Amino acid sequence: MSEPLLTVEDLHLAFGGVRALRGVSLEVRRGEIFSLIGPNGAGKTVLLNCVNGLYQPDRGRILFEGRDLVGMKPYRRAALGISRTFQKIELFSGMTVLDNIRLGRHLHMRSGLFTGALYAGPAAREEIVHREFIEREIVDFLEMTHLRNKVVGMLPYGLQKRVELGRALALNPKLLLLDEPMAGLNLEEVEDIARFIIDINEEERWRVTCILVEHDMGVVMDISHRVAVLNFGEKIAEGTPEEVQAESLVLQAYLGEEQGDYSSRR
Amino acid sequence: MTTARAAERRPITPELTLPKLLLETAQRYDDGKIAMREKEFGIWRPITWHRYRDEVRHLGMGFTALGLCAGDKVALIGHNRPELLWAEMAALAVGGVVVWLYQDALLEEVQYLVDHSDARFLIGEGQQEVDKGLAVKMRCAKLERIVWDDPKGMRGYDDPALLSLTEVRRLGQELDAKDPGAFERMVARGQGDDVALLFYTSGTTAKPKGALLTHTNMLKMGQNLMAVDPCGERDDFVSFLPFSWIGEQMMSISCGLQAGFTLNFPEDPETVQHDIREIGPQVLFSPPRIYEQMVRTAQVKMLDAPALKRRVFDWAREVGDEMAERVFAKKPVPGGLRFKYRLADLLVFRKLRDHLGLARIRHAYSGGAALGPDHLRFFHGIGVNLKQIYGQTEIAGISVVHRDGDVKFDTSGRPIPETEIRISGDGEILSRSPCVFKGYYKMPEETARTLNDGWLHSGDIGFLDGEGHLVVFDRRKDVMTLADGSRFSPQFIETRLKFSPYIKDAWVIGDRRDAVNAVVCIDAGVVGKWAEERHIPYTSYPELSQKAEVRALVAEAVGHVNKALPAAARIWRFVNLHKEFDADDEELTRTRKLRREFLEERYRDIVEGLYSGSGEIELDMTITYEDGRVSRSKTTLRVVDAAGA
Repeated sequence: MSEPLLTVEDLHLAFGGVRALRGVSLEVRRGEIFSLIGPNGAGKTVLLNCVNGLYQPDRGRILFEGRDLVGMKPYRRAALGISRTFQKIELFSGMTVLDNIRLGRHLHMRSGLFTGALYAGPAAREEIVHREFIEREIVDFLEMTHLRNKVVGMLPYGLQKRVELGRALALNPKLLLLDEPMAGLNLEEVEDIARFIIDINEEERWRVTCILVEHDMGVVMDISHRVAVLNFGEKIAEGTPEEVQAESLVLQAYLGEEQGDYSSRR
Repeated sequence: MTTARAAERRPITPELTLPKLLLETAQRYDDGKIAMREKEFGIWRPITWHRYRDEVRHLGMGFTALGLCAGDKVALIGHNRPELLWAEMAALAVGGVVVWLYQDALLEEVQYLVDHSDARFLIGEGQQEVDKGLAVKMRCAKLERIVWDDPKGMRGYDDPALLSLTEVRRLGQELDAKDPGAFERMVARGQGDDVALLFYTSGTTAKPKGALLTHTNMLKMGQNLMAVDPCGERDDFVSFLPFSWIGEQMMSISCGLQAGFTLNFPEDPETVQHDIREIGPQVLFSPPRIYEQMVRTAQVKMLDAPALKRRVFDWAREVGDEMAERVFAKKPVPGGLRFKYRLADLLVFRKLRDHLGLARIRHAYSGGAALGPDHLRFFHGIGVNLKQIYGQTEIAGISVVHRDGDVKFDTSGRPIPETEIRISGDGEILSRSPCVFKGYYKMPEETARTLNDGWLHSGDIGFLDGEGHLVVFDRRKDVMTLADGSRFSPQFIETRLKFSPYIKDAWVIGDRRDAVNAVVCIDAGVVGKWAEERHIPYTSYPELSQKAEVRALVAEAVGHVNKALPAAARIWRFVNLHKEFDADDEELTRTRKLRREFLEERYRDIVEGLYSGSGEIELDMTITYEDGRVSRSKTTLRVVDAAGA
């Protein structure tokens, strides 16, 4: 658990006059669930976007398994094993659940346009292997068997979130970036997603390191190994859930109150 | 087909047991035929008879290695999966007695059944069942082992009582390798008179009673049912109803082994409807609620359809109903109607049957409770040979069934072979056959009350009509005495009400009262959709149920039913209940029968309110959630005067 998978060093990013990240440094260790919390506009999503390549930082380094990611194209980063879900669902709403998940698998497909079009020999065999993976490790694992052929746009919000998680997993990632996976869900759906995240993190088959951005403090404090707190683009605290909750600075900045145990919210 | 006939002719000798029959059938088909299919990871995966036998052999030897002996009880809980059926058959092969629990049983039910049955092993599907097992283990002295199948979420469990089914199989393989003939010798020791199943009946009144059924009971019943309606080895059957329901056992282990047909296990409870359609079974055996649901699905889809389609559908339904009426009455069918029916079949019924998964159905049975005459007419109208059966767990599930071409709306048909039906002096239905059970487990006084000189006392009131058909009136204790002194069946009115797609459940009261009143549970899905289409806003079931428009909608349905009822039995007033009836609240049995005495007690305020003539009823209730949480709610129910009373 001790070896760092992702190291962020002195990351800076400004949008015009807004300094979204002001020298953030942190280390995510292999095998942990690492949560980023902080008030709206603290720079959490910006940080995730820098990691998976949607944004380029002005200054600083991002090391993934020792390799510097800055300047690398997003799809190259995905090929290294970085996958994510989005705060606002980014699925193809006119396509079926299965097609959306298959898309997440695309990166691992080797057959080209020509062999794929012929669909014989290796291309067919490859397709069967990937189908097996998707069915066994994604559809069955995330309990989506009854949704397979449903059009994503017709599904309730909570299930769409689950499909998004499925697509991110189809990449077979080493690092999973989860941007508010529980936002807008009801209690039961939150519990389901939390259970899936724990399974993804702990299950022998997966062992995926997760970075979780989430406002539901109950869940964050329950399932995270470590938590970092951002405020106005700066990291103001880091530690185990207990340590972070004890920091008075955190309570002031983020929770906006002097006292209060937020883990009891749910 | 020659082998199929050979299977039917297999005499049920006193030595024959279910595992012996499995060995014979597996011997005959070996790898040449599919015993069962399971849809897994999106594909139907076949399991041959050879593999079926091997799985049972290894699990059986595994149980032996773990110390299970003949006569020991094994409790099983979980969804329909091949693994659980193998485990059941393996326990039977050892000489054990199988106790099935409902998958959704609450903790105290699990505890009562495991404790009362003296089960030594509990075999559950996965984590959820294991949790239940571990929770009750402390209070069930005899329970030694909890076996699980699905590894999902099972990391981190380290209770010494836990064991995976894979581990049991491994132990069995070792023992089998050491002593190859041991399994066959063990199976050979079984006798037909040995108890095979300890089957707990749902109990509408008291604690569940455990009926002891022997191998011969089960085998004879399957044989006698198939003497009426033969099943072939090429048939498909979909196993999706709880194994803890006697009807499912009857098809899966008794008829399945004798006819050699293929059992199909759906992927997930949510995908059942879809999977049934993929398989297109020849035989279907379900409680009425499944058929009620099908009718509701068809009706609701039609409410959504464009006007032209709806007109065609309505026309076809009329033709279908007319046809069904004529066939039921055994009247000749005029050529014009025959032509119209063919057209209707082409335009509507064929597609409808396909969508309901009934495209290839030869025999569909409804049992376990009464099915409304309207439902029966609907299915015969669309060309589905639906029959009622009558029976109870104590007679291995079935004693009376409709014959092909001799179906009547209001009867359950005639007795199956080797079965006698008699009506006692006070109108109770008595039956006698080789399938009558041995008695209730550890309840001698209950047994004495139910079994008399080989005759099984059903507790149902009924009579035999001129053609020898059995008419089941109702449970004896449920029959109502109306204001004019006549006797009436509340169930009859309830099943009629349930033909409306908007009504999911109904509870009719009026015994020794001056009027008949009803409590209605609206169907949340259908009424919710209806309300949305009319831009009627609502936030929850309680609110929806009390909307003026919804009350009017239900009143119309009730008025429609009233038209067909004798004056004294017409519904005077009703309320829409603020919740659906739920087995977790003990309002229904696990087979979804009303527990009337409990309802009378729980909803005393409603009953009082209905008869007091007030317009509103204040209700203060506690609600139990599936995870055991309890909450209180206060609601106001509005009383509605029914039309046509």
